[in-house]
Order: sequence, then structure tokens, then C-alpha cells
Amino acid sequence: MEFILEGFRKALHIILSGNPEVFAIARLSLTVSLAATAAAVLAGVPLGSWIAVKKFPLKKLLIALVNTGMGLPPVVAGLVVMLFLARSGPLGFLNWLYTPKGMIIAQFIIALPIIIALSISAMQNVDPKFYNQILALGASDRQAIWVCLKEIRLTIVAAVIAGFGRLVAEVGAVMIVGGNIRYQTRMLTTATVMETQMGNFDMAIAIGLVLLALGFTVNLALTVIQQNKVLTR
Amino acid sequence: MALMSAAVAALLLAGCAKTEPKSVVRLATTTSVRDTGLLDVLDADFQKDGRYTLQAIAVGSGQAMQLGRTGEADILWVHSPDDEKKFVEEGYGVDRTTFLHNDFVILGPEADPAKVKGSKKAADVFRKIAAAKALFVSRADQSGTHKKELKIWDAAKVRPAKGYYLEAGQGMAGTLSIAEEKKAYVLADRSTYLSMAKNLKLVIVSEGDSLLINRYSLILANPAKFPKVNSAGARAYFDFVLSRPAKELIEKFGVEKYGQQLFFYDYAVK
Repeated sequence: MEFILEGFRKALHIILSGNPEVFAIARLSLTVSLAATAAAVLAGVPLGSWIAVKKFPLKKLLIALVNTGMGLPPVVAGLVVMLFLARSGPLGFLNWLYTPKGMIIAQFIIALPIIIALSISAMQNVDPKFYNQILALGASDRQAIWVCLKEIRLTIVAAVIAGFGRLVAEVGAVMIVGGNIRYQTRMLTTATVMETQMGNFDMAIAIGLVLLALGFTVNLALTVIQQNKVLTR
Repeated sequence: MALMSAAVAALLLAGCAKTEPKSVVRLATTTSVRDTGLLDVLDADFQKDGRYTLQAIAVGSGQAMQLGRTGEADILWVHSPDDEKKFVEEGYGVDRTTFLHNDFVILGPEADPAKVKGSKKAADVFRKIAAAKALFVSRADQSGTHKKELKIWDAAKVRPAKGYYLEAGQGMAGTLSIAEEKKAYVLADRSTYLSMAKNLKLVIVSEGDSLLINRYSLILANPAKFPKVNSAGARAYFDFVLSRPAKELIEKFGVEKYGQQLFFYDYAVK
């Protein structure tokens, strides 16, 4: 019991003394996961909305595939990205393996199905009559989707929260693609694994606390944005 | 939406600016070299002139050589002599240079349930552990340490009983943590053990057998086989590690922090 309290005490000291390496790691985690989430939103929201409003063959199969993708194991995403980015792989010329860019790609692949699936279900909750009315007023598909997106923006923010939450907590893909290189690709999650294995529980607790704080802060910010929109309606 | 795309672009650009300009040298090495902190000490000196960035992937020697076999690594720093010879014979690497050694130690719980303390021969120790059905934790990751452990089991001409042999599949530090919790015997390189000793209750139960010596080598990826490797950068790191300043750093390393030298330099530098 004592070593846990001792660990927490030292962990707080590490955080309060502003350990530069811990904060650099936190910054990298935040950057990579935010970039991946943002890219997944930019690609996933339009794609999901389009899938939701259009009729096409095998639509149900596609939606089932996307829903399955929500549970894509990060290590599998990491493995696939690693194989593609490897020097001997098809995208080896990019030299992105073991770099933050490689980690962003891997996390983007993890987040994309989540954003698409949640966008589809949000869009399908819009009354089809409403959508058809906008079309009848002479709007193009794109304009109609845009109007609907404004209606469901709260749900879209919820999708962003879900996506970011999964990414910032994810360890398998960034370990494989990033390689946990000090000062380069060490993330909060991979650092926690490493410090725990080394028996440096104080450092592991400190990094774990920073990880929790980071997740909470970003979620708080997004939730404030979301709830403010509720009030202004 | 526009704001968000601008944010993404800015983030991506920020990422690019940090990693691109210098020549990146990818070193595949073993966890013991990283976990002790030696890598960081050498790294600071190597990158000082700003020409190269070292990208060190710390994995087991088996995985390091796998990275070498697919041309992912520019240079290897490993400790698995039999595999290294095969690696070079098969044409994946060149200029293998054994330059460093330390030793392995056999660790176990203070209570020593298999009564191995005092046995000098590593093979005898392993035989006693198997006979006493004491728990043993193996790296089981094809690393240099794992290969050495298998060699000792061969020398002992026994295999541990089923259920008393745990295969961790992890690096040295992770494996030591498991052995610590399970109060098991384990083979470890002395440097990783010393760097973690403050967190461990396990003690050295046997050391000093010539079978326990641990030799590290550098191997350059064969540029004729892998045209994409950074052979100039790899050569620069190779020459740096085999230089007098690196020798001095390595020989000083650990004295202050652990009270003893961790790695012994064997290469005759010019």
C-alpha cells in the first residue's frame, strides 16, 4: 500500500515540477491524436452523411462493414500501417515509419470508421421529409447535407469526443508504428507501458495522471462547445 | 470546417518541420542498451554536430535482426553471436564488429528455493532449478538473452517442467518485473539488472561462469542488398561508436549512477 502512496507523491512532484520530458510527451500525444481526429472528421463526416442519404446497392453491407470497423483492434491497424510504411513496403519511399506522421496515419484509420458510423446514424435520425423538403426548395445534395449537418452538430461533436477518446488512450498502434523512440515518437501510453515494465511506478503514475488530465481537458472543452450550442438553440 | 482544416494543416506542417531536414540513421538495437540509458549518452554526442538524427528502435536482438533482414534498419547493435554470424553469411549485413561485452547473471528470490547459491556453473544452476520445480521466467522473444538462456538449458541437458516455465514474450525490463512478482528465477544481463535493482527484491544467485559472458556487435546493413538504407549515416554511427570519445563515454558509463562500470569495451580504437 505504501508504495502506491509513495508513487503518487513522487508522481505529483514530477508533474508539479514541470518535468520537461513528460510535457513534451504530452504535447506529442495531443498533437498526434488531435491531428488524426481532425483528419478523420474531415473525411468521415461528409462520407458518413453521403452514405446515409444516398440509396445504392450493398448499402447495408457497407454500413455493417463500417460498424465492424468501429471495433478495429488498434494493433491490427498498427500492423497494417507498419507493413505499408516499411522501407520494403509499398509506401516505403515516404520514410514515415517511426515518425509522428506514421502514427497519425494509423490513428486516422482507427478513428475513421467511428466517425463515419456515428455520422451515418446521426444523419439517419434526421427526418427524411425534412431532407426532401430542402431538396424540393432547389438545394443540391451537398447543400442539403450541409443544412442537415447543422441540425445534428451536437451528435457530430459527440462523435468527435468518442474518436479522440479512443485515440488518446490507444497504445498498440503507436507502439508498432512509432517504436516508442525517446524524444521522437514516445507517447503518453507507450511511456506508461515502458515505465511500468521498468518498475518506475512513480514515473508511470505521473504519466498516467497526465494522460487522464489531457483526456479530461479535451473532453471538457468539446463538451462545453457542445452544451453551449444546446443553450443557444 | 475551414478552421479545422487550417488546424490540421498547421499540425501536419509542424510535424514535418521537426523530422525532415537531417539525415536519419535507423539503429535497431536491444532493450538493454536503451533501458540502461547508454543509448542516450552516446546519442547526445553523436548528434552534436547536427548532421544526423538517430532513430533507435530498441527491441530484442531477434527482432532487430528481423528489421535488418527486410532492410528496415541501417545499422544493428545486437548480442546474439550465432544469429549474427548467420545474418552476415546470408548477406544481410557487413563489417560485423564485436566491440563490447558485459555479462549475464542468474537472478532468483532471496529464499532460493532451488538452493542454487554457490553453484558456479550456469548449467548446474539451471539443472537444480528444473529438478526443484522452481519457477523460471523466460524472455521467449528470440532476443540475445533468450538465445543465451536456451544455450544454457542445452548445456544443462534438461528442460524445465511444464507449468514451471513462464514465457513472457517481453523485453528484459518487463520480464524482470514478472519474475519479481512471481518470485521466480530469471536470466538477465547485468546492466539491465543494475539499472532496475532499486525496484527489485530479486538477488544474484549465480554469476561469473564463462558461459554467461555477453558480447555485443555492430553490423552494418549490406548496402549492395538494400539500396534504400542510409549507408553513409550508418557508417558515421559505426565509426563514432568505434572511436575514442565513444570508448571513453562507455567506460565511464554507470560508474556514477550504479557504482560500477556496466559495459566493457573490447575494440582497439585507433
